[in-house]
Amino acid sequence: MNRTRAVVGLGAAILVLVAAIALVPVARAANPIKIGFGMALTGGLAGNGQGALLAMQIWKDDVNKAGGLLGRPVELIYYDDQTNPSTIPGIYTKLLDVDKVDLVVSGYGTNLIAPAMPLIMERKLLFMGLFGLNNNEKYKYSRYFQISPGGPQSALSFSDAFFEAAARQNPKPKNVALVGDDAEFPQNALVGAREHVKRLGFQTVYDKTYPPNTVDYTPIARAIKATNPDVVFIASYPPGSTGMILAAQEVGLEPKLFGGGMVGLHFTSLLTKLGPKLNGIVDYGFWVPEPTMKFPGIDAFLQKYQPAAAKAGVDPLGYYLPPWAYANMQVLAKAIEATKGLDQAKLADYIHANEFDTIVGKVKFGSDGEWEKGRMILIQFQGIKGNDIEQFKHPGRQVIIYPDQYKSGNLIYPYAAARK
Amino acid sequence: MFSWDLLANAVVAGLLLGGFYAAVSLGIGLVFGLLDIANIAQPAFLVLGAYMSFVLNEVWGIDPIVTGVLLTPVFYLIGAVVYRVYYGSFERRGDEGLRGLVFFFGILFILEVSLSLKFGVDYRLVQAEYIGRSIEIAGVGIAFRYLIPCVMGIAMTATLYLFLSRTFYGRAIMAVSQDQGALRLMGANPVQIKTIAFGIGIAAASLAGALLITITPVVPSTDRDYIGRMFAITVLGGMGSIGGTLAAGVILGVIESLMATFFGPSWAPAVSFGILLLVLAVRPAGLFGR
Amino acid sequence: MRRAGWPLLIGVAVVVVGIAIASLRANPYLYFAGYVILQYIVIATAWNILGGYAGYVNFGTPAFFALGAYTAVFLIRSVKPPLPVLMLAGGLVAGLLGLGIGYLTLRLRGVFFSIATLALSVVLQTVMVNWEYVGGSRGLSVIRPSGPPFGNYVVFLFTIMVALAVFAVLVARFIERSWIGRGLSALRDNEEAAECMGVPTLRLKLFATTVSGFLLGLAGAPFPYYVTFIEPNSAFALDYAVNALAMPMIGGTTSWIGPVIGAVLLGSAQQLATVTISSELSLLIVGVVLVGFVVVAPEGILGLIRRLRGR
Repeated sequence: MNRTRAVVGLGAAILVLVAAIALVPVARAANPIKIGFGMALTGGLAGNGQGALLAMQIWKDDVNKAGGLLGRPVELIYYDDQTNPSTIPGIYTKLLDVDKVDLVVSGYGTNLIAPAMPLIMERKLLFMGLFGLNNNEKYKYSRYFQISPGGPQSALSFSDAFFEAAARQNPKPKNVALVGDDAEFPQNALVGAREHVKRLGFQTVYDKTYPPNTVDYTPIARAIKATNPDVVFIASYPPGSTGMILAAQEVGLEPKLFGGGMVGLHFTSLLTKLGPKLNGIVDYGFWVPEPTMKFPGIDAFLQKYQPAAAKAGVDPLGYYLPPWAYANMQVLAKAIEATKGLDQAKLADYIHANEFDTIVGKVKFGSDGEWEKGRMILIQFQGIKGNDIEQFKHPGRQVIIYPDQYKSGNLIYPYAAARK
Repeated sequence: MFSWDLLANAVVAGLLLGGFYAAVSLGIGLVFGLLDIANIAQPAFLVLGAYMSFVLNEVWGIDPIVTGVLLTPVFYLIGAVVYRVYYGSFERRGDEGLRGLVFFFGILFILEVSLSLKFGVDYRLVQAEYIGRSIEIAGVGIAFRYLIPCVMGIAMTATLYLFLSRTFYGRAIMAVSQDQGALRLMGANPVQIKTIAFGIGIAAASLAGALLITITPVVPSTDRDYIGRMFAITVLGGMGSIGGTLAAGVILGVIESLMATFFGPSWAPAVSFGILLLVLAVRPAGLFGR
Repeated sequence: MRRAGWPLLIGVAVVVVGIAIASLRANPYLYFAGYVILQYIVIATAWNILGGYAGYVNFGTPAFFALGAYTAVFLIRSVKPPLPVLMLAGGLVAGLLGLGIGYLTLRLRGVFFSIATLALSVVLQTVMVNWEYVGGSRGLSVIRPSGPPFGNYVVFLFTIMVALAVFAVLVARFIERSWIGRGLSALRDNEEAAECMGVPTLRLKLFATTVSGFLLGLAGAPFPYYVTFIEPNSAFALDYAVNALAMPMIGGTTSWIGPVIGAVLLGSAQQLATVTISSELSLLIVGVVLVGFVVVAPEGILGLIRRLRGR
């Protein structure tokens, strides 16, 4: 029994020590405004998460250089959520109850936003969301906002432009093949795609998904080819995007329209390594360096971001998530300055009621917190030669073909024509 | 929808994939199948090999397969060192089971995290002339991207098989796996033999890593996808049988390919590992095991 | 009855202390972090019944834990019963799985059992990924019931977990000190010899896998309410497999105290790292600690203490 007691005593002592350390909030500078969040710095979404964090840090520096918000410096307190939803409740509780942050924003991705919602709603906080799909659908919480330009039906928005572009062609293509990863975003995109296919009167000849750790995509590409589709819509994460593009080339899968919701085709590593193999592929996008999307401030942001990203080992182009993480904070900052305070209710009301000028253009939110009107763009890769990165920094490689408001070029149809 | 053309292509694709899977599992077949060392860090060495290949390919433009071969001596040495630590801390004390496992898990984590600290979490790929090209033989398309790793996999299996059956050290390794005491009486040092074997196992991992990054983009956490596959193939093929590892790799590859072509790939992992469970229940020694 | 009396009393006392802590309305973060650590006490203890006592290393801990969680999700979505029913259901289903895998691997040597559990985890994860009703690969948002005791659902879950941890430890202690425990350690040391001596090895093995699975399922069932979002990748995470191995090993596998110590130490360290160092460095440190510990203190903390006391 003595041994047991000694062990129990030792354990208790350690527990007390650990609790003491955990409960001591981190020491901070003079009266800052503290903004807290979790972010995917490791795990599956870390590629984008690290870029987003960098963008938010650039925002913080910009704001502090201009005198801070309400005359106070801004401070970011963040923890790595490891792309693991089960860390989120603990992280946000610590931020709110131990670090005593003034405001919280979300991490990156649907799966990391969802676990925070109950806590946020319980405390009636403002919550700026970064690229989550339908996180507010069940809750209809009035203080949630989402910066991705999906619009009210965000799952539909990823494939809307793609199928509209297909429907516009003359003669109208008939058969559609749908394929994607067994994972969150691709599945959501496919749900939307099926809606569009039904609405626009296409015929589905193939509709299957594959496990995320698939190694060989050639059987999938062959099976798709055997169904003779006019249009192939792929919703994938980077391994799937690469795998399907290479496999399609190897088996000779050349439909009239090829692409869809392929994540990763905006990253340097895939752009440079796949190079000309990307020509003709049509993909969703948020922002690309085309002349029609030169919003005020975006160039200045990229000039700060790109060298910092290269040094930090994060995707050096920064066209995908970083400008949006920055814009998300811009909205928050504007609301703070305008309402002259940190009252969660007043901030939420202000954000609902106003339009914002950000580095990704004008942003206006609807009643559910999504963009009032969706603004996803559809791009086609054109004219890529060789494998250098510089060509992607100039217009003409990722041409915007939809919507008309931002169109910077024409769709080269069919797909085979763009591959020459 | 079925057609002979699709079937033929699916089988060939499965065979090619199987050759690659065999290459990936060869190291475990040697280290775990023959020597009972549950090296769960092997997939991390696989990914480490892939990254080293990436670096050589990116900086000096060397073909990825060539980089794999070039790096084998380096990884052999790493393997030898790791084994010595393992032996000194566990095997000597007779403690291997659980402790060894946790030790290798620790190594897996350390490797994975070191890679993501050094290289970041972006997907890495390599450049090679033949990536994206394919040839057609009698209506069956063969992509170079899979053909070359498959050929390498078969070559690696054959080389290892010959080494184990024809050379002195190879046969010593086989002897160690059967009866260490007898080996000692014959004047050979089992620890030295096992060090050599472990080194070879890790070297095999690095070469397989070069093949891996030729086929698909890699991130540090890719290792987790292969823990299951490696051990499943080794056990399915039969512990102690190098040829069995190749056979099991091919079987797994063909199953995945057929499922992906005709039924939809989503259930492929369940089918593969379900078959493994069945084999374990019915014939634990595996298909070709002792 | 008198001998078995006082551990039960201590157990009840701990639960009462847990409830007291809960009603203190202390800093909420304590309850969130505490829940995870208590959950790991149950996981580590459950694992150790099979791994430490019987010597069968379970690589597929996530399968049982996630099965408990997904059983709960299924019931929440269909019938919405109260939490105790959810937990019992999760435990029973996972226990059945344990029985099944025990039966399937009845004649398998130790290491093959481990591979089989690994295969089981993959198969089960594939099933959940493809099962739309419980969210599939997109995951499912779970809404906590309203009007919980203590005013806050997570605080309530915290007390449930305290009770569960006490229960698991009592079960482990009971097994350890009974003829079952002696049979299991005979099984661990030399299965063939034990059989020759008349130990009912097959039945003991089935008992261990079932009880271990049952406890893991019990631990998994409240998880959806804690996290409010269930998806296959995080439910079947490698972390559960590694921690289930590492915690008993660090604490010591021969006694019920070992997993508790290991869970408290490693679990607290991980919780701490998540909200302080918070970068890949923390994962690196966990890896280094694992390797260091396993090299320096192979019998865990209990072994260290034993050595210090000169035994």
